[in-house]
Amino acid sequence: MKHYRIHYILLALTILSVRGYSQNLQVCNGCHISSIKQAIAMANDHDSILVKQGTYKEYGILVDKPVTIVGENYPIIDGELKGEIITVVSDSVTVEGLHIMNVGTSYTEDYAAIRIKKSKHFVVENMVLENLFFGIYLEKSNFGKIAHNKIIGDAIQEYNSGNGIQLWYSNYVDVEHNYIKQVRDGIYLEFSDHCKIKNNVSEANLRYGLHFMFSNHDLYEDNTFRNNGAGVAVMFSKHIKMFNNSFKENWGTASYGMLLKEINDSEIIGNSFEENTTGIHIEGSNRIRYRNNDFVKNGWAIKVRGACYDNQFLENNFLYNSFDISYNSNVNDNRFDRNYWSNYTGYDLNKDGIGDVPHRPVKLFSYVVNRTPETIILLRSLFIDIIDFSEKVSPVFTPDNLLDNNPLIKRL
Amino acid sequence: MLKILKYSFFDLMRSRWSYVYFAFYLLLGVVLLFLNNDLSKAIITLMNIIIILVPLIGTVFGVMYYYNSKEFTELLLAQPLKRSSIFLGQYLGVALSLSMSLILGLGIPFVIYGLFKSNAIWDFSLLLLIGGFLSLIFTALAFNITLSNDNKIKGVGYAILLWLFLAIIYDGIFLMSLILLEAYPLDKLSLAGTMLNPIDLSRILILLKLDISALLGYTGAVFKQFFGTGLGLIVSFLMLITWVAAPLARIIYVCKRKDF
Repeated sequence: MKHYRIHYILLALTILSVRGYSQNLQVCNGCHISSIKQAIAMANDHDSILVKQGTYKEYGILVDKPVTIVGENYPIIDGELKGEIITVVSDSVTVEGLHIMNVGTSYTEDYAAIRIKKSKHFVVENMVLENLFFGIYLEKSNFGKIAHNKIIGDAIQEYNSGNGIQLWYSNYVDVEHNYIKQVRDGIYLEFSDHCKIKNNVSEANLRYGLHFMFSNHDLYEDNTFRNNGAGVAVMFSKHIKMFNNSFKENWGTASYGMLLKEINDSEIIGNSFEENTTGIHIEGSNRIRYRNNDFVKNGWAIKVRGACYDNQFLENNFLYNSFDISYNSNVNDNRFDRNYWSNYTGYDLNKDGIGDVPHRPVKLFSYVVNRTPETIILLRSLFIDIIDFSEKVSPVFTPDNLLDNNPLIKRL
Repeated sequence: MLKILKYSFFDLMRSRWSYVYFAFYLLLGVVLLFLNNDLSKAIITLMNIIIILVPLIGTVFGVMYYYNSKEFTELLLAQPLKRSSIFLGQYLGVALSLSMSLILGLGIPFVIYGLFKSNAIWDFSLLLLIGGFLSLIFTALAFNITLSNDNKIKGVGYAILLWLFLAIIYDGIFLMSLILLEAYPLDKLSLAGTMLNPIDLSRILILLKLDISALLGYTGAVFKQFFGTGLGLIVSFLMLITWVAAPLARIIYVCKRKDF
């Protein structure tokens, strides 16, 4: 008998411990547990908390154990503009399916809808964030995933608005399939290496769609940046890969499809730049390879400022831009080869698909406009065409070794 | 006036030059569409051609017509007819027949190519509208020249000089003055300079459609207000109308006082 009793106790203990290991806590408005804070306090490590549909007026939720918080049918967490809503300080936390709104605004602290602080292996998925200051803020947190989130801000002025997704000293993070609209900077990275930013859409932001500084070895792929105040800014970074992104309709005097400043040893391949005031603005950037990009209907496809050496522009399409390339000096150390230029006027007698006459992409007029911006009003005038033509025949003001020796006849 | 208009119009419709002009545009439209395979790209090329060619043809045609029909005009002057209606009738006859050649010549190939199904229809309408305005303006300028010059050689010379000046030389002077004055704020000067030349004005209307992204690259607040809103379009059209009205007023003024 005694023997059996021990067995029963052991069995019960086993069942209890198994239950304890994957305990499922439910939160709903009329339940025994009616707030997320309460649920976290009651949860053990690796529990999951199911938040049922409803409205929860909570802020300052501190997640200090490795738990999974899942929302059912997007329960609303309303911070009532009082402060930060969820702060994660534990490793292995998953937050998904919540609708967070009304994050507090502060001029001294960066309140976020979700902040992840010094943690690893986190997942933030399928969230909807609305009326926010900062959206998702990663602080010294590595190896995580931010995916399928929808962040819709209502930023009007730069000084009192925050960023959609911000990474600060956070490495190895995947940011995928997010939609970000009307915040200050859509995605912001600072001191964050080895991150993957993929398939995101960032539009109508006050400042930059994507902004990163001092972040090396990152990959940007298949993102769309549209109609942002100043486009995309990429600064002081190395070994960046930017593939198949689309930069569209960034209009304005200081607005760029992409602004590169002090970027070295990077690859920019297969991107499309459409209808931007400036497609790419390059300053102090060296050893970058531009390949298979499309520049369509931009004011300036590429504006090259000082200190850009050893860049290669190969096999790109330059289609119907007001100016294809603009230089502010007559020194050139960059290589242009095998591009398609829609305003190439040469011929191809041997029919090998390569124009027999080299193409000079820098017009004299772009030099004149650099000097006296108001002259832009004479764009497409016959007189301008004549002086451009004479400059083409014998370059004086534009770099005379800036040539595409093998301009393509058909677009790639 | 209507009778004279009708007479001039049908006289021109029967003449060989109207057909040549019409055939030229027809060919241009067909060839461009054939080479580009793309409506909107063909429209961009056409816009560049139209702002140069239409003024040239308008001036030369206007001058020629006036000198050729001088004897008939003198015959009409002997009749109890108002002078202004004689000259306005002739002017409208020339200008309308030129515009018609342009609109039909370019319209037919584009319509056949499927203009109504594409979204380029507004760009194309703007193109034809500008072409029409330029015909009206430059024919009026041509009549002004001929009314002031009875010498045929001199008249033709002035007409070509006028075209050369407005199409090319003006922009050269304009560019030089902008560069020389670069130390001063130039927004207003550059906009005013554009308004004073109908060819530049038409070019701006086209730029507003094509190169708006480049135009917004300049920092000036005046530019931004002008190009960024509908204001640019409205002001440009008002100026074009003024450019038609002013030479017409001078035609009426001169022809009433001129001793034939």
